[in-house]
Amino acid sequence: MRAFATSRATTSRLAMTIAGALAIAATPLFADEEADLVLNGETEMVVRTAAPDHLSDTLDEIYSGWVFRNDDTQVMQADDFDNPGMIFVDQAMEAWAAADGSEGKSCASCHDGPESMAGVRASYPKWNADAGEVRTLWMQINDCRENQMGAEPWKITGGDMAAMEALISVQSRGMPVNVAIDGPAAETWEKGKEIYYTRYGQLELSCANCHEENYGNYIRADHLSQGQINGFPTYRLKNAKLNSVQARFEGCIRDTRAEPFKPGSDEFIALELYVASRGNGLSVEGPSVRN
Amino acid sequence: MAEGVKPRVKAPKSASAGEVVTIKTLISHPMESGQRKDSSGNKIPRSIINRFTCDFNGQNVIDVTMEAAISTNPYFEFEATVPEAGEFKFTWYDDDGSVYEDTKAVSIA
Repeated sequence: MRAFATSRATTSRLAMTIAGALAIAATPLFADEEADLVLNGETEMVVRTAAPDHLSDTLDEIYSGWVFRNDDTQVMQADDFDNPGMIFVDQAMEAWAAADGSEGKSCASCHDGPESMAGVRASYPKWNADAGEVRTLWMQINDCRENQMGAEPWKITGGDMAAMEALISVQSRGMPVNVAIDGPAAETWEKGKEIYYTRYGQLELSCANCHEENYGNYIRADHLSQGQINGFPTYRLKNAKLNSVQARFEGCIRDTRAEPFKPGSDEFIALELYVASRGNGLSVEGPSVRN
Repeated sequence: MAEGVKPRVKAPKSASAGEVVTIKTLISHPMESGQRKDSSGNKIPRSIINRFTCDFNGQNVIDVTMEAAISTNPYFEFEATVPEAGEFKFTWYDDDGSVYEDTKAVSIA
């Protein structure tokens, strides 16, 4: 394991107040980089594991972003009541059962309960043979909305989409990410890999410069993770809402002072497949809690 | 009128007499501060939960006044002594006059 920076935020207790929390009796639970994530005291999550084969030349071990967060944030994700992302899962439960569009159908009309989505989040993005393209989860949701329900597609990075992705993700929590990168998906995966290693922007940074070469180090006040997306959609304390992968990509490339690709672009679809595949073996965590 | 408001409470179903239990509560609410403006520059009126109370068998456990700086989805975690079997009653008061309630029964094990 690469050495992590040892200086810890001494004011991490302050984080308890961020979610509007008035912690009159804060539970003295501590977690750290070596901690294990056990969800609701029962589901053991894989937050560190051997890197998938395609990464064996560059990384020995892969880590969930949860490992890099401070104690309070880690604890917040370990209990569904404390996880603010679960509020949006509740909202998506209502959307799941609500008919929308010209066909008068809801998600439940075809898929029954959301439990039927077990395993879906773990395998996406994946090749769709009928469409002849790699499909992300949000593409599949919007395909259902447009072609099955006759409804307006949701904004890719919007709140409705993030909440629905969270609801679908919850059904796979604890399952290992297992994204296929061979066969027909290989071409898209290669394209995503190329983007991952390409330097963008005035700062001339690639994804790899921060998330492969410098994870565990600080970039100003930010503790760099490996940029794994097994926890998406992710509830960020800084904006108090669920954040989607595509919005995070856009934000990262913007931070390199580049003109970002658009959410939903072919480039970001390829990147989503590639980055997801770097987390093969980690547990699906969404909705995770991050800073 | 705030939309999507839903109270949630996590409390033990049973306790031993005199036990101190931890209670967690959360209400989903936008907690609009009244300080912000919309895209056309008009002030968005304040709409917050301004008071939260918890009672056990009619006896007050906690009574909190909230102000506009409290962020969205206010969460409270506190401890309460359970002297006997009974019921916790939780009440949230909204600026718009709405009152949201939840109850949790506790038995003595």
